[in-house]
Amino acid sequence: MGLFGKIRDALKKTRDTMATKLRQLFLKNKLGDAFYDELEEILISADVGVTTAEDVVEQVKEEAIGNKIKDEQYVTDLLKDILEDTLSEAPVPELRYPCVIMFVGVNGVGKTTTIGKVANWFVKQKKSVTVAAADTFRAAATEQLEIWAERAKVRIVKHEEGSDPSAVVFDAVSSVKARKTDVLLIDTAGRLHVKENLMKELSKMDRVVGREFPEATFYKFLVLDATTGQNAFSQAKLFNEAVDLDGIVLTKLDGTAKGGFVFSLCGELKVPVVFASVGEKIDDLELFDAEQFVEGFI
Amino acid sequence: MALFASLSERLNHIFSKLTKRGKLTELEIRQAMREVRIALLEADVNIKVAKDFIAEVSEKAVGQQVLESLNPAQQVIKIVNEELIALMGPGNVKLEVSSKLPTVIMMCGLQGAGKTTMCAKLAVLLKKQGKKPLLVACDIYRPAAIDQLKVVGGKAGAEVFEKGTQAPPKTAKQAVEYARKMGFDTVIIDTAGRLHIDEKLMQELEDIKKEVDVTEILLTVDAMTGQDAVNVAETFNSRLGVTGVILTKLDGDTRGGACLSIKAVTGKPIKFIGVGEKITDLEPFYPDRMASRILGMGDVLSLIEKAQEAVTEQQARELERKMRENSFTLSDYLAQFETLKKMGGAGALMSMLPGAGRMKLNDGDIDEKKIERIRAIILSMTPKERDNPQIINSPRKRRIALGSGTTVQEVNQLLKQFDQTKELMRRFRGKGKMKFPF
Repeated sequence: MGLFGKIRDALKKTRDTMATKLRQLFLKNKLGDAFYDELEEILISADVGVTTAEDVVEQVKEEAIGNKIKDEQYVTDLLKDILEDTLSEAPVPELRYPCVIMFVGVNGVGKTTTIGKVANWFVKQKKSVTVAAADTFRAAATEQLEIWAERAKVRIVKHEEGSDPSAVVFDAVSSVKARKTDVLLIDTAGRLHVKENLMKELSKMDRVVGREFPEATFYKFLVLDATTGQNAFSQAKLFNEAVDLDGIVLTKLDGTAKGGFVFSLCGELKVPVVFASVGEKIDDLELFDAEQFVEGFI
Repeated sequence: MALFASLSERLNHIFSKLTKRGKLTELEIRQAMREVRIALLEADVNIKVAKDFIAEVSEKAVGQQVLESLNPAQQVIKIVNEELIALMGPGNVKLEVSSKLPTVIMMCGLQGAGKTTMCAKLAVLLKKQGKKPLLVACDIYRPAAIDQLKVVGGKAGAEVFEKGTQAPPKTAKQAVEYARKMGFDTVIIDTAGRLHIDEKLMQELEDIKKEVDVTEILLTVDAMTGQDAVNVAETFNSRLGVTGVILTKLDGDTRGGACLSIKAVTGKPIKFIGVGEKITDLEPFYPDRMASRILGMGDVLSLIEKAQEAVTEQQARELERKMRENSFTLSDYLAQFETLKKMGGAGALMSMLPGAGRMKLNDGDIDEKKIERIRAIILSMTPKERDNPQIINSPRKRRIALGSGTTVQEVNQLLKQFDQTKELMRRFRGKGKMKFPF
């Protein structure tokens, strides 16, 4: 298995169906309106979204007509190229240490689990890691993070349930500064992006890190569930407005959902996908790779 | 996202093009359905479900009479809305109660759908109904899931039964025995979130079902789920025989099209919706609200509804005839104002009409109090005066003012407005194309 085999494999169920659909499409239709309509539907059924699917199909159409090419492989590769280009429109930021990464997202996307896996990933890169339990709202969120911290063998900074999350962040920052820790990962409570008060709370945590730890590079990652549909766009947009996102972590890619919304996210919001989570085990996290993703997606 | 703007723009476009009366033609239906399709897909309705739905509704719509108060595109959308409501209904389906207590409710769904929180919300609801629920912790995989259930159970004031990481079917069985012994009438089993393609964990749910007599199997689904909702619902339903669905996180801005997909593939009722983080944030499901949310055409829909309520076809025809014959009287004038009032005032109506911004109506002309005064003045007239306002001389005006508790100036003003309206109507008729909005 190659370096990024896991992402491709996680999408394998997807690839089988989409590849099968494409093959059937070529067998059934000549390149014409019916063909392109169906191609659009295949993309939409992977949560690509109507507008983006229309754009992509339009590009395929122009290219194919311009070059007068009717070969199945050519069109498939063309589709891959277009999708990959869309993803590369948002370059992944380079990690510089010491760094602080704050994970944000709506409820139930897998933030706490992701932090456990990301902590483990950094430990494998020989970095020292501390996690901050700033989800003081959800019942037993701190306990859940504690278990992950234990599994990844990293330190945790925590307060009582119901305490001010910004205070947890403040303490965690002081602690990593004193210990010269390489990486601080901040867990935050899940919040729906339309709740203004909760979004303001995030901005406050954001400011605490910026003010107390200016020498660190500070990243804000949005955790998105691959099962999500078109609402992912609204989530990314509003979280981006609140805390200025640096990247996306795509979770639950081991299901049958394809996470096709990432194309419009990268294309329009210019926020790159950084990590992808492909299973329940602590090692089931990979650096995102556009080529492999598209390879698995089609 | 600009999507919504472009959607209403596109709708405006068809609305302005299609002003013909009579029966719906296939072309009109196709044009309106193109927009409906986009609305459904942007709301995350599964593409196959959307296609089937549109095909079926289109067939039903062919040849239907267009209501006087609507244009053909609105008429199509009215039909779509009604079909959506019918498909997602019925609303407000209660939880089943087993004849042999305790009633056992098993929750199931993907990770992060909100099962544990929902368990506590259901417990609160049941307690309000005078029941005594027991919560059972059968999520032995997610770290601290049992702790979470204990905390939310505590908030709900419900006891939590747990046996650590013991095999869930065994725990479920013991919990039901315990409930029977201790007088709990309802048992709510929280299970681990699992992928529908996780063979081992799906088998575990089947084992729980075998071990205890389950009355309700509630599939909990995140309302933000995309196209994959059909696969999830189909698999859970075919393996377990789901009895109902709970949609969570509807307090966000998702259009919730997953709801339609799930209903279409399972046929099972949507029993509840989760609408917030508080333990009491649980509501029964209303298909009509969901339909307008999915279509994302709330304004257009409420306009259609109001126009429908307020104007019967006959009334509209009568008005048209009078306009044609120029026999519009003060009684008709009053009736018109009352219709407007029913529709929430002309301002409200205009704001809902796509592209009606340019048709400026002076809101002051029809505020509630003014309508009341107009009503009083007209009702103080004799029938003959209402039909022939030109006979209203000064003594008659004084009588009318006195009778209606107004002044002669106000009576004069009304008569002048009436003349202007008649003149306006004559011009509308002259143009031929313009349709009076009510």
